[in-house]
Amino acid sequence: MTSRNLSTQLRALVVDDNMINRKIHQKMLNGLGVECMGVANGKEAVDVHGYGQSFDLILMDKDMPIMNGIEATKKLRSMGICSMIVGVSSRSMDVEIREFMEAGLNDYHEKPLTTAKLASIIHHIINTK
Amino acid sequence: MDKVRLQREAAFIRSSLLDQGYLDEQFIQLEELQDNDNPNFVEEVVTLFYTDSARLIYNIDQALLSNPTDFTKLDDYMHQFKGSCSSIGAKKVKNECNGFGEYCEAQNYDGCFRTFQQIKQEYINLKKKLETYFQLLKEAA
Repeated sequence: MTSRNLSTQLRALVVDDNMINRKIHQKMLNGLGVECMGVANGKEAVDVHGYGQSFDLILMDKDMPIMNGIEATKKLRSMGICSMIVGVSSRSMDVEIREFMEAGLNDYHEKPLTTAKLASIIHHIINTK
Repeated sequence: MDKVRLQREAAFIRSSLLDQGYLDEQFIQLEELQDNDNPNFVEEVVTLFYTDSARLIYNIDQALLSNPTDFTKLDDYMHQFKGSCSSIGAKKVKNECNGFGEYCEAQNYDGCFRTFQQIKQEYINLKKKLETYFQLLKEAA
């Protein structure tokens, strides 16, 4: 085991009501050199942006209490948030994925995420900056 | 028991859990996230899983006791529980959850109840095996 000491200077927001997923995804992103913050639902994601925070990547879970991923994505886009928003869910019906994408996602991945999938997303962000 | 034998025993348990389908690739993903900054990351995540899922299991038990049965609520709780199982690579427990979802959709109470007892049994089985595994890892360190 070695410590990783790389920084992409990217910031990510992990939006998921499941604290296990937040812990895992934040650890994966930290390992890829991405600074992370986690929140437990869509409303908290909207609120942190309202307080002036900005992120290069938002990992948005679909099914959350208070405000779900679809509602939060629509709200963030209406606020002019242009960050890359990647939807994640364990639900895999086409109609549900389509509804989520149409809310304003840049991409969608089925859970669980892997480090390889996240690395691909991060490389895309770096290459398009 | 010397450390080499303990390490071998821990490695054997790990291989068995993967070969017998108790755990899947996601567990390996968690192991790969362990580093010097978080040397006990896997055990932390598994502990968090058992703490958090106890709440969901209680909720499902309570929902199964309610009359009339709210199958939408049952499905929601099970979806959350299955998601957590998937996140730590608890393959066998997760697969048992698929059956529960089908019974929920069919509003088959007896099927839900029976399947949930199997889910709880697999959940407890895995917990015991992982506790043994992590204890061996600690003793072998």
